[in-house]
Amino acid sequence: MNVLVCVKRVPETGATIILTEDQQNIDTRNLGFAVSPHEECAVEEAVRLVEEYGGSSTVLTLGEADATEQLRDALALGVDRAVLLETDGSEWDPRATGQAIAKAIQLQREQGFEFDVLLFGNEAADSGGYQVGVRVAHALDMPCVTGIKGLELKDNTALAKRETDSGWEVFEVSIPAVFTIKEGINLPRYPSLPGRLKAKKKPIEQVEPQGEVGGLEKVRLRTLPTQVSEVDILGTGPETASKVVTLLKELRLL
Amino acid sequence: MLLTLLEHNQGKLNAVSLETLTLAHNLAADLSDSLEALVVGEEASTLVDQLSAYGVTKMHLIQDDGLKDYAPEAIAHSIVQVMDTLSPEAVFASGTDRGNEILAHVAAITDLSMAANCVEVQPGESYQVIRVRWGGSLLEEAKLTDSPKLLTIAPNMIESSPAVDSATCELAIFKPTLDEKMFRVRVTERIEKASDKVSLAEARVVIGGGRGVGSAEGFALLDELADLLGGAVGGSRVATNLGWRPHSDQIGQTGTRIAPDLYIACGISGAIQHMVGCKGAKHILVINEDSEAPILERADYAVLGDLHEIVPALIDGLKKEEAG
Repeated sequence: MNVLVCVKRVPETGATIILTEDQQNIDTRNLGFAVSPHEECAVEEAVRLVEEYGGSSTVLTLGEADATEQLRDALALGVDRAVLLETDGSEWDPRATGQAIAKAIQLQREQGFEFDVLLFGNEAADSGGYQVGVRVAHALDMPCVTGIKGLELKDNTALAKRETDSGWEVFEVSIPAVFTIKEGINLPRYPSLPGRLKAKKKPIEQVEPQGEVGGLEKVRLRTLPTQVSEVDILGTGPETASKVVTLLKELRLL
Repeated sequence: MLLTLLEHNQGKLNAVSLETLTLAHNLAADLSDSLEALVVGEEASTLVDQLSAYGVTKMHLIQDDGLKDYAPEAIAHSIVQVMDTLSPEAVFASGTDRGNEILAHVAAITDLSMAANCVEVQPGESYQVIRVRWGGSLLEEAKLTDSPKLLTIAPNMIESSPAVDSATCELAIFKPTLDEKMFRVRVTERIEKASDKVSLAEARVVIGGGRGVGSAEGFALLDELADLLGGAVGGSRVATNLGWRPHSDQIGQTGTRIAPDLYIACGISGAIQHMVGCKGAKHILVINEDSEAPILERADYAVLGDLHEIVPALIDGLKKEEAG
């Protein structure tokens, strides 16, 4: 059972987002980078699936050379192989991203690496396109279940669970299949020190990304007008409790 | 012609669908073009009156025995067949889990670009759109050049209102040609949640806990406070990642979006991931030791100090109130 998990390097924004002067990107000079919470869970799920059913796991990303950091993070958690589709750091729209990933998977196939389960995050944390996983599934003619928080495999079928307001929807699909993951499917582990050391030595396979950019073009980014509110400091310490009770009454919550 | 996919619950349109319709009918008015709707499910036939008020001239009801339960790929193929017949200029859906999923399938089948979670749309040869990024904490101006245009509309960003010129909506049945393979993704089972507690998304009062709560046991205090106020308890991503609280209780970009009358945030610093989830709150009361915590910039009220002292005092105060 072979699993592929796709991730995207994004800045770890703090409490406020600052843009570059040309408004094309987030100013990342003082920021670290990570993958989104959904994708952290997708990486964990890939490692768990291989632990339970055997086989191997591969992590893949489309991004600038620095994205090897996120690939090594995944290797440190127990993923076996890593593939980088290196770009010059410019933004690829979701259609082009989907094409490039699908082509890379076909190339992997020609080299003898077949994947039974393909995992993505439900949406990229930064661009929020909600479509790359679905596009890859269509390009490879596989079923796709999005936004799942549960996955069980049995022979050649998968039971994928999606949470709704009133409960769970269960989708039974045949594998190979694509699943887009939501945070909550598992609690990701922390990397071990030996895991980190081993990850440093593992090779990163490089593939030239092929995709036709266009169709949806970013013009510029804008921050939202910040609504900094005037905060009413009711007081300090437990003596303030009575003032909170008064406030609750004022808001008609008591 | 503009075409809008609508979601409904047993023949009642949801709020997000009305927001999407509002953006679409404004755009149709600008273009002097007509607006038509697409729905799935027999119960939808009762929607025509509501749609007339929103300026919809025709509602296409997609009819197929296989679509009794949710099957996103089959619905997408049906939409593509409607597009082939009617050649709409643009297709809209709501930026919900289902709306984004179905339109992504449409985009993949037709190999068209799709702009997700738009808040503003200017028509033209290419559409100039403003869409949300980072779960709503950043805006992107973008150009959508492919035609027909595929767009989803971000939930809770547009105030819905009926069209100035109402229309007479006519019902049309559309029977798609669907094969078995198109149903390879469909709901095969439903599990209902049994819960007597008010949900995070619907509670009037929400108590949130972050790193400052310190442990899973620390949340017992917040639970007690919530019980007294008839509210619900949630946690920041730190709290759910540390296992102090199940992920289903997470308030944030990758968890639940809340919209209570009052949000009491205890020991939470206010990372963007969290603030995106609670920006629907009418009032925010912060209980925090750190007077420099970023969350104070978004708060209406604050009590500074140790939550492990303040929350018990508040619980005592509320119990005394209850006892009269």
